Amino acid sequence: MNVEHFPEQENGMDVVCIEGLVRRFRRADALDGVSLRVRPGTVHGLVGENGAGKTTLLEHILGGYRPQAGTVSVFGQDPVKDPVAVLSRIGYLSEERDIPGWMTVRELMRYSKAFYPGWDDVYAEQKRNDFGLDPGAKIKTLSRGERAKAGLLCAIAYRPPLLLLDEPSSGLDVTARHDILEAIVRTVADEGRTVLFSSHLLDEVERVSDNITMLHHGKVVLDGSLDTIKENYHRATLRFGGEPALPLHLPGQRAASGHGRDWNVLFTGEEARFNAEVAALGAEVTDRNVPTLEEIFIAETGHSA
Amino acid sequence: MLLHISTQDGRPIYQQIVQQVKYLIAAEQVQPHEELPAVRVLAEQLLINPNTVARAYRELETMGLVYKRPGAGTYVSDTGSPLSLRERRRILCGHLDALLAEARQMRFELEDVMALLKERAALLSAEPKEGSKS
Repeated sequence: MNVEHFPEQENGMDVVCIEGLVRRFRRADALDGVSLRVRPGTVHGLVGENGAGKTTLLEHILGGYRPQAGTVSVFGQDPVKDPVAVLSRIGYLSEERDIPGWMTVRELMRYSKAFYPGWDDVYAEQKRNDFGLDPGAKIKTLSRGERAKAGLLCAIAYRPPLLLLDEPSSGLDVTARHDILEAIVRTVADEGRTVLFSSHLLDEVERVSDNITMLHHGKVVLDGSLDTIKENYHRATLRFGGEPALPLHLPGQRAASGHGRDWNVLFTGEEARFNAEVAALGAEVTDRNVPTLEEIFIAETGHSA
Repeated sequence: MLLHISTQDGRPIYQQIVQQVKYLIAAEQVQPHEELPAVRVLAEQLLINPNTVARAYRELETMGLVYKRPGAGTYVSDTGSPLSLRERRRILCGHLDALLAEARQMRFELEDVMALLKERAALLSAEPKEGSKS
């Protein structure tokens, strides 16, 4: 499968720059030559199914794995060689939300503060209030959503230049998801800060991302600015004069579904070329739309997220 | 200013904002020199990326529909007629195309559609609507 790239204009140093990253496990989960660049001041969405390699990729950014091949650089540093320089600038929320259950919210905040010189007490307290977290409540008694918010609070309270969120809203109810999305929006609204988050919820990725990277079986299948991607993908509803020869092969075609004389085709690139070919086949375009990110994802991976 | 963003719509979110602000201006639901919400405020309200809101405002500024005051906010321009005739035509034509497609599917002839249009217009004429001929 060929990779579609929709690059954006350059400015400033990349917050994260990954080139040709390879990681093999005995299990299926692996990265197979992944390149990724996160621009400063942007929200970058990492999209893919479970097992596509998203968490493994994030672990490399945190310096948890040494690349088997390729390079990883965060703020221009190597996270394996210089973990302090890198980790002190990242706020991280893991998918497991592995925070000690016996601590109270207040204790967790004090504990996290000890690690980060930039911890902002006023901001942390304000967030705790916004999130409706009882300072005396033990972590293990919190709901899933509250635990995610407690983890998020610790990740943002020292105002890190890079916020890294692994499936932040997975398994959460609507209000907890709302708070997480709001935290992402606020983080990037504070100038210069950057967010990289992984998600299989394409609706929220589409809402908040500037750029996305789509992973499938450890490979990048789609990468670039969300607006540019959306401008490049088209969905056409076709009605053929008679039953067309199958499978359909139209210019720029990424996916086709339908039967008989009626087909939906997702395609990239020039509309004029597509239209000419459609006309040559004796078909008519009866409807034309911009596909959702979900439809693009399915077209590029053959799966739903 | 109330906007509604949908990711089911398919179109890029900044385009949805541009489109809706244009409608609000055309419908005079926002007045010349009225201040638009700050980028950050609108982003938090709609739960979307602030860069997207900023891009939408930039497009609106390029179109001359809004202007920025240095160090202050973004305001609706006083352009006399808020949208050019061409722009208003374009919006109306979108609706007409949809109407014609629907009419064709239901096997109405163009003459029937025109007759129906006149009939409906006569019904509505007690309360004359703003708008131009297309």
